Amino acid sequence: MTAMIEIDGLDVTFRVKGHEVQAVKGARFTVGEGESYGLVGESGSGKSTILRAICGLAPVTGGTIRIEGRPLGPRRDKAFASKVQMVFQDPYASLHPRHTLDRILSEPLAIHGIGEHDRRVVAALESVGLPASFRFRYPHQLSGGQRQRVAIARALMLEPEILLLDEPTSALDASVQAEVLNLLWDLREERGLTYLMVSHDLAVVDHMCDRMAVMEAGRIVETLERPDLLAGRFRHPYTRKLFEASLAAGG
Amino acid sequence: MSLLEVDDLHVRFPTETGMVEAVRGVSFSLGRERLGVVGESGSGKTITGRAILGLVRKPGQVRARRMLFDGIDLARLDERGMRRLRGQRMAMIMQDPKYSLNPVMRIGRQLTEGLRLRERMSPAEARRRALDALEAVKIRDPERVYDAYPHELSGGMGQRVMIAMMLIPGPDLLIADEPTSALDVTVQAEVLKILDDLVRERGMGLIFISHDLKLVSRFCDRVLVMYRGKVVEEIAADRLDQARHPYTRGLLNCLPRIGGPRGHLPVLERDPAWEEA
Amino acid sequence: MSGPFLTPLGRLSAWLTDPNPSSRLQARLGQAWLTWLRFSRNPLAMIGLGIILALVLMALFAPLLAPHDPLEQDLTRRLLPPLTPGHWLGTDEFGRDILSRIVHGSRITLTIVALVAVTAPVFGLLVGTVSGYFGGWVDAVLMRLTDIFLAFPRLILALALVAALGPGIENAILAIALTAWPPYARVARAETLTVRSADYIAAIRLAGASHGRIILGHVTPMCLPSVIIRVTLDMAGVILTAAGLGFLGLGAQPPLPEWGLMISSGRKFLFDQWWVATMPGLAIFIVSLGFNLLGDGLRDVLDPRSTSR
Repeated sequence: MTAMIEIDGLDVTFRVKGHEVQAVKGARFTVGEGESYGLVGESGSGKSTILRAICGLAPVTGGTIRIEGRPLGPRRDKAFASKVQMVFQDPYASLHPRHTLDRILSEPLAIHGIGEHDRRVVAALESVGLPASFRFRYPHQLSGGQRQRVAIARALMLEPEILLLDEPTSALDASVQAEVLNLLWDLREERGLTYLMVSHDLAVVDHMCDRMAVMEAGRIVETLERPDLLAGRFRHPYTRKLFEASLAAGG
Repeated sequence: MSLLEVDDLHVRFPTETGMVEAVRGVSFSLGRERLGVVGESGSGKTITGRAILGLVRKPGQVRARRMLFDGIDLARLDERGMRRLRGQRMAMIMQDPKYSLNPVMRIGRQLTEGLRLRERMSPAEARRRALDALEAVKIRDPERVYDAYPHELSGGMGQRVMIAMMLIPGPDLLIADEPTSALDVTVQAEVLKILDDLVRERGMGLIFISHDLKLVSRFCDRVLVMYRGKVVEEIAADRLDQARHPYTRGLLNCLPRIGGPRGHLPVLERDPAWEEA
Repeated sequence: MSGPFLTPLGRLSAWLTDPNPSSRLQARLGQAWLTWLRFSRNPLAMIGLGIILALVLMALFAPLLAPHDPLEQDLTRRLLPPLTPGHWLGTDEFGRDILSRIVHGSRITLTIVALVAVTAPVFGLLVGTVSGYFGGWVDAVLMRLTDIFLAFPRLILALALVAALGPGIENAILAIALTAWPPYARVARAETLTVRSADYIAAIRLAGASHGRIILGHVTPMCLPSVIIRVTLDMAGVILTAAGLGFLGLGAQPPLPEWGLMISSGRKFLFDQWWVATMPGLAIFIVSLGFNLLGDGLRDVLDPRSTSR
């Protein structure tokens, strides 16, 4: 298995009103090709910040990020865009409120000079289970689940190999969450995508990912394989706390 | 006699594209017990809670055959009468403490304001009551929290303060709308435990509104399942596994479980007939 | 609501409210139609719109509507009071018909308004979005520049500019436009700052979009409503500034029937022949009111904070 994403000693530090806040401290993990890797933790643990740092949306202050073995510089170019894409947590905030779905989906094509907009947009809608008749709707005419499907379709427009999923279902109802997780499952099987998925929900990560890293206060405290979790083979007390809380919530 | 009796509650909102019926004929009664109202977004569960408290804003229209709270018909009550009940005898805890606490006022002042205004309590007496309330919600350092501003508190702490604030006047009915959804899982359990203890101790009626069927079933005596503005199933919480309505069953099955089967999760096939019922 | 039995109007309405439009144009028109429906429910805003439409029609058909030539002097009929047959709003000191002059003056007013409205907001929008989007030193430089312009009272600055450029209607418009843009830059910058960190902007950056594309295609549409509202509300001020310059003899030059100029020449007779100054004053008042009502109505329907749910 070749490594698609390698995170090595990653530090992310934000400057807030003069003093520095270290959101990620020395994170280190590797995601193989076609693998689905999870980052679990609670709010403020730095899990989403890692995704944003990969995308160049958060300031990297130490360590390296390598995609397919090549280290990333400070800038993310078009080649990066067609390799790595991201799905955001809140589908109400991640789609431009004044653009139609057609515009939202064809914009990446226009940027990269890819033709056949009509065919590709319709195909993209269909691939995420939306009818082609939705093409000229605005985001506010869709439900939360439908919006998240559009966000996934947009991320796939450039046919990337890596999808970064930032709590893709936490803003959705349980029944819609199931639909979106199924969609993500199918897309990965069809296209051989590599997923790096962030969630606060241990059950979701367990369902979707083969391996996972547990984060607390900016640090990765433990990395686990899926069978370890079920068998309770973990050492860190925080992992145990999270596990027990999730088990209780799951009934 | 029951504490609250809601009979045929309807709430409608006019929009550009016509009338939206958010709640369509909801009826239930509540004793001094814990009732869960469960549904997904758009099911009308939150609007139901707000309608009971008279918090549905214009141009929304609330209509009910009867809405009896301890013998008082809320449906016929004017705004002034409603205000006297609200906060004193009926209280509500909202989802996110960030938006329910005044950001520029110290916690202590927000807690004591009602006591000093309504019950004309002396500042020292009010302060003592507020500190007691903070202690009751298991805040270890009540003095510090009393003098803090809301932004200095974590989400879980903020929600405890909200609970304390709502419980100070000793209401008979508490409506909690997703009180723990904005909190981390490890904090959720603690906050729920506190809420549960207080409701039991004081013998209040509780309406617990949530999207999380399993959470509600562990926490409540009885559960109403709402779908598109209607109650589709009413069931004792401990018999949830015997739920008959396909919607309730679907909600129970669609969640992933740790160690559960991988691949496709069961999805809800929404039957248009559920909306009629 | 099926097709064949509908009137053409009904079919148009069905086309506009189709939940599944078949082109971008139809989608956009449909949204505009919904906005219009919301707008048309506000009676005050409709009055404002009516006043502005009336102004536009008056300007378009001025030669047909005006009973007399606005420049024709007749000293035998000077300073006639209002309601004189043939001169319903009276005549001025040269015996020119005031009604005709107001009607023709609407062309000048509208020209000023239109030219300011297409220049100042565009420039302000550009400065504001660029400033807010890039932040850092770009922001510092552009905003200090804006502050310098904002530091002077608008009329004083316009006066100084006209004094330097020479009096005349073109220079007055230029001066007004040059002094009108800073508030739009501020509004656009404030809006940009809230939009800049939105996920949909992050998403388009991730798709590899250039800064120009992001600013023009993604940030500007979010700033536009606030700026449009602000422009509409400012139009009253623009008219007053133009009138003020005219009044001081630095804007339109006699014998042009500009409203401010008319007030200026009428002030000599204010106590005995009040109508000479009052009638154009009323015209300015009504048009300003119209723009303000329209602006308030637009704020209710366009403000992203009041419509986004």
